[in-house]
Amino acid sequence: MAEAFSVVGKSLTKPDAYAKVSGQTKFADDLSLPRMLFGRILRSPYPHARVLRVDTSAARELPGVLAVLTGDDLPVKFGILPVSQDEEALAREKVRYVGDPIAAVAATDEWIADEALGLIDVQFTELPHAMSIQEALAAQGEPIHGSSNVHKAVALEFGDTDAAMRVAEYVREDTVFFEGNTHLPMEQHAAVAQYAADGKLTLWTSSQTPHYVHRALGKVLELPMSRIRVIATPNGGGFGGKSDIFSHELVAAKFAMATGRPVKITLTREEVFYAHRGRHPVLMKVKTGFTRGGRITAMQFQSFLDGGGYGSYGVASTYYTGALQATTYAIPRYRFEAVRLFTNKPPCGPKRGHGTPQPRFALEIHFDKAAEELGVDPVELRRRNLPAPDSRTVNWLRITSCGLEDCINKVVDGSGFLRRRTSMPKGRGLGFAVSSYLSGAGTAIYWNDMPHSEVQLKLDRNGGVLLLCGAIDIGQGSDHILAAIVAEVLGVALDDIQLSTGDTDLTPIDLGSYSSRVTFMAGNAAKAAAESVRDRLFRAVANALHCDAADLTARDHRIYRSDRPADGLTFAQAVQRAEAQGGVVTGSGSYTPPNLAGPYKGSGVGPSPAYSYSAAVVEVDCDLKTGEVKVPEVWIAHDVGRAINPMLVIGQVEGSVYMALGEALMEEQTFRLGLHKFPSLLEYKSPTALEAPVMHTYLVETIDREGPFGAKEAGQGPLLPVIPAVANAVYDALRIRIDEIPITPEKVLKALNERDRRVGPKSVPTFSFPPLIKAEVPEEWKGK
Amino acid sequence: MASSNPGSMFIAGGTDLVPNLKRRQFDVPALISLNALPGMRLIDGDGERGVTIGAGVTLDELAHHPALDGAYRALAQACDQVSTPQVRCMGTLGGNLLVDPRCNYYNQTYSWRKAAGFCLKKDGDICLVARSSPRCWAVSSSDSAPVALALDATVTLHGVGGDRRVRAHELYKDDGIDYTTKRADEVIVSVEVPGSEARMTSAYWKLRRRPAFDFPILGVAVALSWDDGMVRAARGALGAVGSRPVEITAFLAPLNGRRPDDALIAEVADAADKPARPLDNTDLSHYWRKRMTRVYIERALREACGVDPLAGRLSAQVKAAAI
Amino acid sequence: MSIADKVEVRLRVNGEDTAIMVLPYKTLLEVLREDLGLTGTKHGCELGECSTCGVLVDGKPFLSCLAMPLDLEGREVTTIEGMARGREPHPLQVAFAELGAAQCGYCTPAMLLTAKALLDREPRPSREMIKQALSGVLCRCTGYLKIFEAVELAASRGSDG
Repeated sequence: MAEAFSVVGKSLTKPDAYAKVSGQTKFADDLSLPRMLFGRILRSPYPHARVLRVDTSAARELPGVLAVLTGDDLPVKFGILPVSQDEEALAREKVRYVGDPIAAVAATDEWIADEALGLIDVQFTELPHAMSIQEALAAQGEPIHGSSNVHKAVALEFGDTDAAMRVAEYVREDTVFFEGNTHLPMEQHAAVAQYAADGKLTLWTSSQTPHYVHRALGKVLELPMSRIRVIATPNGGGFGGKSDIFSHELVAAKFAMATGRPVKITLTREEVFYAHRGRHPVLMKVKTGFTRGGRITAMQFQSFLDGGGYGSYGVASTYYTGALQATTYAIPRYRFEAVRLFTNKPPCGPKRGHGTPQPRFALEIHFDKAAEELGVDPVELRRRNLPAPDSRTVNWLRITSCGLEDCINKVVDGSGFLRRRTSMPKGRGLGFAVSSYLSGAGTAIYWNDMPHSEVQLKLDRNGGVLLLCGAIDIGQGSDHILAAIVAEVLGVALDDIQLSTGDTDLTPIDLGSYSSRVTFMAGNAAKAAAESVRDRLFRAVANALHCDAADLTARDHRIYRSDRPADGLTFAQAVQRAEAQGGVVTGSGSYTPPNLAGPYKGSGVGPSPAYSYSAAVVEVDCDLKTGEVKVPEVWIAHDVGRAINPMLVIGQVEGSVYMALGEALMEEQTFRLGLHKFPSLLEYKSPTALEAPVMHTYLVETIDREGPFGAKEAGQGPLLPVIPAVANAVYDALRIRIDEIPITPEKVLKALNERDRRVGPKSVPTFSFPPLIKAEVPEEWKGK
Repeated sequence: MASSNPGSMFIAGGTDLVPNLKRRQFDVPALISLNALPGMRLIDGDGERGVTIGAGVTLDELAHHPALDGAYRALAQACDQVSTPQVRCMGTLGGNLLVDPRCNYYNQTYSWRKAAGFCLKKDGDICLVARSSPRCWAVSSSDSAPVALALDATVTLHGVGGDRRVRAHELYKDDGIDYTTKRADEVIVSVEVPGSEARMTSAYWKLRRRPAFDFPILGVAVALSWDDGMVRAARGALGAVGSRPVEITAFLAPLNGRRPDDALIAEVADAADKPARPLDNTDLSHYWRKRMTRVYIERALREACGVDPLAGRLSAQVKAAAI
Repeated sequence: MSIADKVEVRLRVNGEDTAIMVLPYKTLLEVLREDLGLTGTKHGCELGECSTCGVLVDGKPFLSCLAMPLDLEGREVTTIEGMARGREPHPLQVAFAELGAAQCGYCTPAMLLTAKALLDREPRPSREMIKQALSGVLCRCTGYLKIFEAVELAASRGSDG
């Protein structure tokens, strides 16, 4: 019998692989246009200051300088979320972090542009700055924005958690801190803008979200979007860091319009640290009530987010710190309170796992401690609280497929967790944790009822297929996923598919490569587009073969009768027939997620058409004398629904584990004197090849009923369980609790010396959260 | 050439100088390449006669050179742990000995330093690490320098005034800015490591966050000469705990004439961290680096004594905690 | 600086001799990308802290962001564009493509050249040797494992075959 699929499920070489291994892939900074100018941006040296005057006269006179811009040239405010339009391309009245853009120069080379920046005279009045959650809350001086440093505060409750706590037989509370860190893509952000003689603007940019950049350009430049074309170049790593709208994109465009010449701006590595939009530092308090048997009765979760100088995705990030607790565990009563504060640091935003690695860290070490006190092993505690497939959480999130139990079994068996953890040599330990994540956000960033993903196909007479989609490959392999799905449906090979992606002129909308949405959403759109084209081909072939279209199969470059495979046409013949009958053979498909929001305000963040699940066991090797922690081996299982390409999924899982280990052990954005302490690749510690552990990756396939061929996400979820698993392993090895990320040798040593053998925050600040929005509980949770 | 181009600097591998030039730590009218100088790439000798190493020999060559297999192993270990394979293929011994002392208030871009307030070492008038200090506390961050001291190497300098020979410990000054006795017109042409008829062992231990890329935040170099199972003479030096490599030879003297065992090594190492004075201007905290010093001295000594380096008695913990 | 400040630099890149007029303070990275159009060489920091700009000089891994072209006369520079033999990709390139060792592809040129330097001196390296050899090139996508596996696959196929 033939295999069910000929492309899907196979570890084939992705379409862009050879361009990448030959150096032919053109990243944004590789582009060069005739007469191109180079732009550089002057940035604030103060964490918080009023801008009194920007004198650019000397810079303008420098030979080789073609244009200078200040905030007054780009006065329209913008922001990625409609509710947070608080950014300016170049600050006009005040600057809010060291690195905030103030002015820009376009010159014939970067050296001249740099020199000209030095000639711009800016007068500031310094304002008191706040560099942490505590400082932002305590600040007396002028707030960073508006009337308060509180950017967003939320309070939601699903059922009476206080009552449920009172009847719980065991209640535990933990306070945990997760320091901020950044994406550190190897490619620095770059943009090239061209304003052509016909009055059309083109921007090539290393962006994960060309559609949102398109919208922002229209707004800030006050140009009709029809005159703007945004082309996302392949991203040299994104991880969420290129999914916002950045000053240099708007400035390059404005320069191109002002000079009539192409302009390129490539950020320096230091500037990438200021662009940031990375992991929020989050201080959390989690309280859970259990029955004596280890069943959760209620949970109360508080988070304090250190947001940096601007809103960015922060409102969404705030909700995400509370959204996915209940998709991982069956929680009958749940209260969530959160506040995001403005601080004088580069703005935080979405990094791989957006807003969920921090609460995941808190929750999983909390559960590890609870398990010990309840006298059950940490695996068993999770098993007793598994969410059910095809269920709804108490905060109204719809779960379809759920392979968490299978994931747990895979890593627990593979690592010998239960057997080995009691017999490890001194300094060695095993830690365990689980997680869940979205397969795409259920709501768009701006409110609309249009599809989230659209794909168009055009077939040529030789059987080639042109695939157009707004999605952009950031290294995760989205080009492959789209091509594989179309190839599978049409029965052609990957090589037959030509892709054109991330181009707002040519390609239909895809909202972007963020929130782990491309495989699920663009994949569904691709499948729908391919099916519509296939239906047309089938009609043409059925007509030729005098059979019913329903009896046909498309496979191996042929369309033939399923019952009599010898009767058929080649794929190219089928295209020619269809074209002869009805003209150009095109088709399109769209994906709109079902409306999944619950009946309460704030329900827009958290819903996803499907959730992925992960479980991890991490082994640590601790040096008792120095406090250094190494990770020799990791076992990770991920419920991906279906692996369209297992090799690429494993690549995402391994990359997630790597990034998680960096965050767990060394990566942190810290500040001193109001500045980023070390905005460099040397001092921002990112793990090297020598630190790569042995990884055992298990893919669990639950074939989600709504995913394309059953697929769910893989790019972010597998990061989540690894960080707390490291902390739990350190406890297993040394009987110390590091309730704070990263776990540095200093902290380990300190904990070994502390009476309570713990390093971590002692409390959360006092803050008056808004009155709880008491949401209704879904029917199935009533009375539980 | 140097005398006719005032303010110019020498360049060999460029791995220390070029980043500093890009960050505007130096403003130079010209660079003078040393890469075409004859004799700079030679290695000659053995453990008995001593070894002479041209200053232009790359760190990569030294890391794997058979002449450094035995007595001088510490030098190979130090060179092998400098930064990355790329830097080791470019960087030279001469350049590594003279790495510009580092400080995380100094090794930053021009705009960062401007925002933080310029420091003594470049463009400013205060030390941001120790604000009341009249001097610069940048950290000697060479891996090979403490080894050169431990092996009692002699450096030959060539300058306008001819050649002169300087012992390694005389090459350095205790100042983060004015850190070497080498004159601006001089270049290191070679490094001689003396031989010994006695058996000699040496070891280098480097503390850093990551096993690649990172500069030392502590380096320990020790060299022991042996007489029938007894230490005849012990020498040692610490890197990255001051503005110059810090001699600990006097603290190792209790080893001389004795057969080192676990207890003696621990006792010696426990006292030998005294001259280490790390400050808060590198990666990780200076408290931890200070506490690590005795652990790493013990590990280096144990390795040089041929016993399991990790099985020592000392810990960076303040007090022993029961596990 | 003006055109008058330019100097002639003779370089041998990917087996071809070239003489160009450049500003003397330009690094090899800048000359390769801007003057010779060889944009396959990338950059991540331009300070020697990531090796994304890695090339080979006389077969050894070098940082093009710190190398001064005037100092490289008479030496052989190899960039990613010179890795294939004509139309035939190098076995390492094939293995990287087949095993998904290039995700975003940005560190890939440096990673491949560094791996080539290893295989040229050590045709059958151990995993530990591969890790050591590649320890100077940062990758943020892969977690390095697929890269190690690809080097091993290329080695098993014979990198000169």
